[in-house]
Amino acid sequence: MNKTLIIIGREFTTRVRKKSFLVLTLVVPILLAGFYAFLMWMLLKNDTQERKIAVINHSELEYPLNQINNTIFEYTDTVLSESSVPEFLKQNDYYAVIRIPSKVMDNPDIPVYSFSQVPMELKNEIASQLRKKIEDIKRATVIEEAKVPELEMKLAATQTPVLVRTLKVSEDTGEAKESSSEIASAMGLIAGMVIYFFIFMYASQVMKGVIEEKTNRIIEVLVSSVKPFQFLLGKIIGVATVGLVQFLIWVIFGVVLIFVMQAFFLPGLELEALRSANVAGAVSDISGVQHLSAEQLEIIQKVAMTIEPFFIFKFLAAFLFYFIGGYLLYASLFAAIGAAVDNETDSQQFLTPLSIVLVVGLYIGFAAMKSPESPLVFWSSLIPFTSPIVMLVRIPFGVPVWELFCSMALLVASFIFFTWLSGRIYRVGILMYGKKVTWKELYKWLKY
Amino acid sequence: MGFFVARNIIKNYANHRALDNVSIEIPEGAVYGLLGPNGAGKTSLIRIITQITGPDSGELFFKGRPLVPEDMNRIGYLPEERGLYKKMKVGEQAVYLARLKGITKHDAIQQLKVWFEKFGIQEWWDRKVEELSKGMAQKVQFITTVLHEPELLIFDEPFSGFDPINVELLKKEILELRKKGTTIIFSTHNMASVEEICSHIALINKSQKIIEGPINQIRNKYANNTYRLVCRYESGLDLQQIAGQEYEILSDKAEDGQHEIILQRLEPCPANTLLRRLLDSVNIISYQKIIPGMNDIFIKLVKEGSIVLNE
Repeated sequence: MNKTLIIIGREFTTRVRKKSFLVLTLVVPILLAGFYAFLMWMLLKNDTQERKIAVINHSELEYPLNQINNTIFEYTDTVLSESSVPEFLKQNDYYAVIRIPSKVMDNPDIPVYSFSQVPMELKNEIASQLRKKIEDIKRATVIEEAKVPELEMKLAATQTPVLVRTLKVSEDTGEAKESSSEIASAMGLIAGMVIYFFIFMYASQVMKGVIEEKTNRIIEVLVSSVKPFQFLLGKIIGVATVGLVQFLIWVIFGVVLIFVMQAFFLPGLELEALRSANVAGAVSDISGVQHLSAEQLEIIQKVAMTIEPFFIFKFLAAFLFYFIGGYLLYASLFAAIGAAVDNETDSQQFLTPLSIVLVVGLYIGFAAMKSPESPLVFWSSLIPFTSPIVMLVRIPFGVPVWELFCSMALLVASFIFFTWLSGRIYRVGILMYGKKVTWKELYKWLKY
Repeated sequence: MGFFVARNIIKNYANHRALDNVSIEIPEGAVYGLLGPNGAGKTSLIRIITQITGPDSGELFFKGRPLVPEDMNRIGYLPEERGLYKKMKVGEQAVYLARLKGITKHDAIQQLKVWFEKFGIQEWWDRKVEELSKGMAQKVQFITTVLHEPELLIFDEPFSGFDPINVELLKKEILELRKKGTTIIFSTHNMASVEEICSHIALINKSQKIIEGPINQIRNKYANNTYRLVCRYESGLDLQQIAGQEYEILSDKAEDGQHEIILQRLEPCPANTLLRRLLDSVNIISYQKIIPGMNDIFIKLVKEGSIVLNE
């Protein structure tokens, strides 16, 4: 036991001291933070660019365009040919010029000339303002011709805004909670992908370590001091601790990040208050949110709702369990492969089937996001080779307790079995040099 | 009972039997040469002694009691296929290997410093193994093998990869360990070093032990009654007639009038009788019984063995 600790210590310290570990551990969260900051910024920012756009209006519409954020419209009667546009823009310092043709009611084809690409948001806004103006006029004509009393008001009354709220009902307490399927999908998928990468990354590290020891020929010295299985166990656990430390650092980074973003982007916004508020519209009295639009508020509220401490705790616990379980399962198999081959290039023939299973797990994870109840998703969240990914995707959608325990028990049973199996291949493989190994031979080794 | 005893060891691999009912007994304090051609089963036997693999059947005794996993700490093993972590620092690595043999970190560092000083390699402590030459790495490897002061040391082809100067250094260390009472198993093809170092040998061929015992006994046993006579005599002399019918002259090489004659004794006849016959006409310089070298015995036994097995 004491020797296992020494082995764990070495596997841990040599890896943690590597530059690549440091880089990965620090760079990934910074990249992620940058990415989320960018997303938030995109989501929350208003178009602050000041623009002046000339409008040449040949149509019957009266001042059809109004200020959009900091973009103002100036109406002009200048007659322009396409070739004189550049000079016109330069002379008057216009960002763009819009020509509304006289037949716009029948043929609404409106050119916008500009030196630079007009932002999509601005373009859409211009289109919607014009459309509204045109529709209003056409509508007024129709109403007038129909001669139905109070048609205008009647038509207005047909507009019915629909609000779809997803509520998750707890099986035990019957309590209904506001939930968001978008956030659930995103959380599950991100967790599933992280598990996939963790398993792949750290299981391959175990394999690389085994191959290194075999090609260095140090393994024979080592196994004259400790039992091969004990050594393998120490190695697998040692690499796992590296993964867990990395994960822990990322979690800490994440928590810090949430606080920083909250302070930076939503000053004075109480997440707690936001969470308890029911509908997006009802939160406008919370301090600091007046300047946000209803849509932005809804997004923030959805995010805030999923940051429910108990759920986060449950989710993290499941994540850790499936990470460790999935890792142990794959790491022991990867170790057996490492022991069977002489160098990394030879490992492909054995690695490919395992990688395929893992990738299939990831794709079923994607599928689980769309239909978390399908039989394929159900079975693959129980089968240990895919369950670490698929089950994690399912968890935010709610999973019956028995299914969860069944899946976990299967995972534990299978990693015990496969670690034992791999141990048998390992202790034979590490002492076999210069031999191309076949599947048949691996099977024979099991019986040595 | 010997210091280390293996009894009726059988080890099968998928397609062949690596050890077929092999028994050896290693006396305490012996330098025990484990000889045999490639693929004979030496490494398989060593891996069983070091508990890297287990035998299919057979018993192992260490100091009179059955061998247990804890004995790994009392055995030092320098395998033929050996190496170190390339990216790890020399000192750190040596401490790690020592700790796996059950030494505390503190003791390991202290003892390592003594050894490093002895070999004059103190300045390597913080260097990575990949920066060392092959011979340098071998020295480090040797130190890590003996650091925990094992009672039984096993060297598998220890001199391969060493230059002659380091081979001498290593031999000196091995003999010193022997003087301290360490029992040593020594597996090699190099017969010259066997004669120099070993007190006992066992020869393994085709998965079976062919012979075992103290090296002098074995050499005497395989002495086939041949003698070397160095002398001067007048040309034209019929030496065979003088020697008599009990002796047959196998060869007679002359250089500057000095003859080196190899005789074989065909029938029992004391050496004095022969010498008395020769004394009158021959000027004797030296006369000695030829004791075969291990090389000859090795080749002879392996060839005979193959003939027997081929039938």
